[in-house]
Amino acid sequence: MPTGNLSVTTFVIVSIVKIVVFIGVLLTGVAYTVWLERKVVGHIQNRWGPTRVGPFGLLQPLADGLKFIFKEDLTPPYVHKFLYILAPMLSLTTALISICLIPVGGNITVAGVTTPIQITDTNISLLIILGITSIGVYGVALAGWSSNSKYSMLGSLRASAQMISYEVALGLSLIGVLMVTGSFSLRAIVEHQAGGFWNWNVFLGGGQFVAFFIYLCAAYAETNRIPFDLPEAETELVAGYHTEYSSMKFAMFFMAEYANMVTVACLASILFLGGYNGPTFSGFLPPILSSLMPVFWFLVRVVFFLFVYIWVRGTLPRFRYDQLMAFSWKFLLPLSLANLMITGLVVALRA
Amino acid sequence: MLHFVLFIIFAVLCVAGAVNLLAQKHPIESALSLVVVMGALAGLYMLLGAEFLAAIQVIVYAGAIMVLFVFVIMLLNAGAEEHTRGSKIAILFGVPAMVVGSVLGAWVLLRSNPSTRDVAIGSLYGPPRDIGALLFTTYLLPFEITSVLILIAIMGAVVLARREHQ
Repeated sequence: MPTGNLSVTTFVIVSIVKIVVFIGVLLTGVAYTVWLERKVVGHIQNRWGPTRVGPFGLLQPLADGLKFIFKEDLTPPYVHKFLYILAPMLSLTTALISICLIPVGGNITVAGVTTPIQITDTNISLLIILGITSIGVYGVALAGWSSNSKYSMLGSLRASAQMISYEVALGLSLIGVLMVTGSFSLRAIVEHQAGGFWNWNVFLGGGQFVAFFIYLCAAYAETNRIPFDLPEAETELVAGYHTEYSSMKFAMFFMAEYANMVTVACLASILFLGGYNGPTFSGFLPPILSSLMPVFWFLVRVVFFLFVYIWVRGTLPRFRYDQLMAFSWKFLLPLSLANLMITGLVVALRA
Repeated sequence: MLHFVLFIIFAVLCVAGAVNLLAQKHPIESALSLVVVMGALAGLYMLLGAEFLAAIQVIVYAGAIMVLFVFVIMLLNAGAEEHTRGSKIAILFGVPAMVVGSVLGAWVLLRSNPSTRDVAIGSLYGPPRDIGALLFTTYLLPFEITSVLILIAIMGAVVLARREHQ
């Protein structure tokens, strides 16, 4: 039965509830990642971040959202209208879709219905996420071209060339994890890492520490974050591919960038750091709370990765564009191929 | 029933994308229509059960090859086509001729090959494990030769695009 052991209507209702919860949590998470970034970068730079709007500046994202809604949404003349409007939509859609495949916890039983805490799982989840990342390049490329401006065009060409270069290293670094686990399904990858933190893929469970660092570097470049954010640095190219965007369309690019960060953090924690594995205290807690403990452990890992993202942003200078491309093609690619070969050798010898 | 509905959706998307590719005046909109065609093809592969192939179609075709097409169109700054009188006459006669031709072709094909039967949903299921096993055992030689071919293509592109040494 393709819907598991649930009837079709129950499955549809449960799926809709899961989608609403996941998207709500994701969008709130994106908004508060912005808050976290401003606070952490502020403290790194020895100043407070936002403090005035609400306690600790916690209502700042709300104020920013209202600001974006009330800003004038102007369309410059001579833009290619259809693509100008399509590009931010494409960016945001591809950024938000990946959350469907992320397993956040094990099974949960509510009112007699047992369901995994994941919107859907497929045999090829990892490939689908790579495919979605590949489609995300269009949002950037089309935004810059359709804006009919020199800075946008240059910024978008650089950003999209950077994204497609680092996609190669990203994919190759994931293959090591794939070989160790033997399945593309994200839930299978997480379950392979069960049983203590030494069993994680980054430590002894898979030995993928090199792949972990390659993945982190490639992911920072994919999401156009410092140290790889030359295409959108303010002192370099005004604002790169989203120079000519205002109000809600800019907010869509903004949200897409942070949603990509959240997706990368989720993937890194699933593939390398053991996903949602952790003590569930099922002896002490009622069953609902003990099925939600894996969600807590997952969120701990995701917030840790977001913190590392923001920490790196506040600390490192940015690469020049040719250094950036040389780093991908001349360093990360051979390193990930070497990791692939060594992992393959070890897996073949052990089997 | 669901199989039929999904097939119709993806097939209509595919054909509409292909027709739109011809109908658009600006090359970048044609390229984006081709991306839609690739995506619809991936959907059709998924309906047949070839899930790995569908994912690879999106990653390689729609996500890498078409991105290169779009780059080239953006860099060459190809403008919108203009419809001259000659091309308008060609459209006037060409579109009905094409429709008649494709209907004839479909009729001939359906008549002459009676062994075309419906393919059930998921009937060509191909998990990545099986595809990998085939690629490295039965089809090893074509696989390696294809990789050498791609290497030659890359080298050719680098040589052609190289700046002349003074």
